[in-house]
Amino acid sequence: MSAPTLIVATTLPRVGVLAACAQVLRRDLRLAVRRPTQLIQPLAFFAVVTLLFPLGYTPELGKLRAIAPGVLWVAALLASMLTLDSLFREDATDGTLEQFVVSGQPLVALLAAKTLAHWLLTGLPLTLMAPILGIALGVPTAAMPGILFALGLGSITLSLIGAMGAGLTLGVRRGGVLLSLLTLPLAVPVLVFGARATELAIAGDSLTGPLYLLGALAVLGVTLAPLAAAAAVRIGLE
Amino acid sequence: MLRGLAFVLQAGACLQVLGANGAGKTTLLRVLAGLLEPESVTLRWRGLECSPRDPAYHADLAYLGHDAALKADLTGTENISFAVGLRRQANAANVLSALQRVDAQRFADRPVRTLSAGQRRRIALAALWLSGASLWLLDEPSTNLDVAGQTLVAGLIEAHLRQGGLVVAATHQSLGLPAPLQNTLTIGAAGQGTAGRVAA
Repeated sequence: MSAPTLIVATTLPRVGVLAACAQVLRRDLRLAVRRPTQLIQPLAFFAVVTLLFPLGYTPELGKLRAIAPGVLWVAALLASMLTLDSLFREDATDGTLEQFVVSGQPLVALLAAKTLAHWLLTGLPLTLMAPILGIALGVPTAAMPGILFALGLGSITLSLIGAMGAGLTLGVRRGGVLLSLLTLPLAVPVLVFGARATELAIAGDSLTGPLYLLGALAVLGVTLAPLAAAAAVRIGLE
Repeated sequence: MLRGLAFVLQAGACLQVLGANGAGKTTLLRVLAGLLEPESVTLRWRGLECSPRDPAYHADLAYLGHDAALKADLTGTENISFAVGLRRQANAANVLSALQRVDAQRFADRPVRTLSAGQRRRIALAALWLSGASLWLLDEPSTNLDVAGQTLVAGLIEAHLRQGGLVVAATHQSLGLPAPLQNTLTIGAAGQGTAGRVAA
């Protein structure tokens, strides 16, 4: 058998991994702009849940300040989970993930780009909104930078943990509840150190300790979560 | 489900996979695309043994499945730019020429949500045409297409073959290719295949 000589139809230059990831990121951001409900829902949820506490618990700022760290973090955690189920599911149903697999680009990188898009569309807006909601809970202005920093770091890890869960529940038709059950326990360390950092920020103490731990969790997530998500997605597509 | 299947495809050849519903045509294509992990498979690509999950092999193939991987909220042009942009640097002129090739320039700037199934198929075909892949794996490429569209698919496949490309297509209807270009593989009930050349 002689080796076939293949010539291709078009000979446009190939793109690198980073350019392909940029394509994925740009497309996901563009889709979010076209469908802003996905963008607004987590923010509205975050605001409503947080504002229920002054109404349902007590209007006294001193008492609210004491529970503010827990309230902000639990509400942000739940809000960031709202859009997780659709992170990979839509792309799985319409065949886009299959195209990712056969694109010749590393699936890990493309899914990491999708996770980054999820953080930019959910985690980052939630972080930016937290100080405003903090005012309603009696959080002093001096604590705002610390809260922004802690929630920013923590929400990166939450998106990454969520990507693993979204990959694992891809094969389940209605994976919403299962996804929460898988993801929430993994998010506990983020919640613990995040709430502790916020507590220290409100008290006016140094929060470097829990911030380092949040940073370490984020690094661990960036290193491992895309690999786990890619392995899970490959199985989910079979 | 599939066993004992073997075939060789030379440059410029098309393999039409035939078989009853559920015989395993799509399974075969998905195995070839590296989307399904079979118990055992030996693939030789360009004379060298490789895994169906090899990135270099993937960069050389295009897979068009049942789902055309189009986003309903993006326009046809945006969908094509994205699909091709994962692999190749395509500029607006490249995309436009592909749209003209599949006669889709009239509706390419509308959101895919507003397009008919056949029009979506044409958008997907434009992306396939631009993909620059040597091996096309097509699952029912003519689904939802009108008579002109079916002729178009045959024309695209023939042009691709004449340039030295390879096509493996699962389809019930005849692809309408000139007889010398076309080979068939029929998957029987037991998942065993019989290869043969199509008579004119």
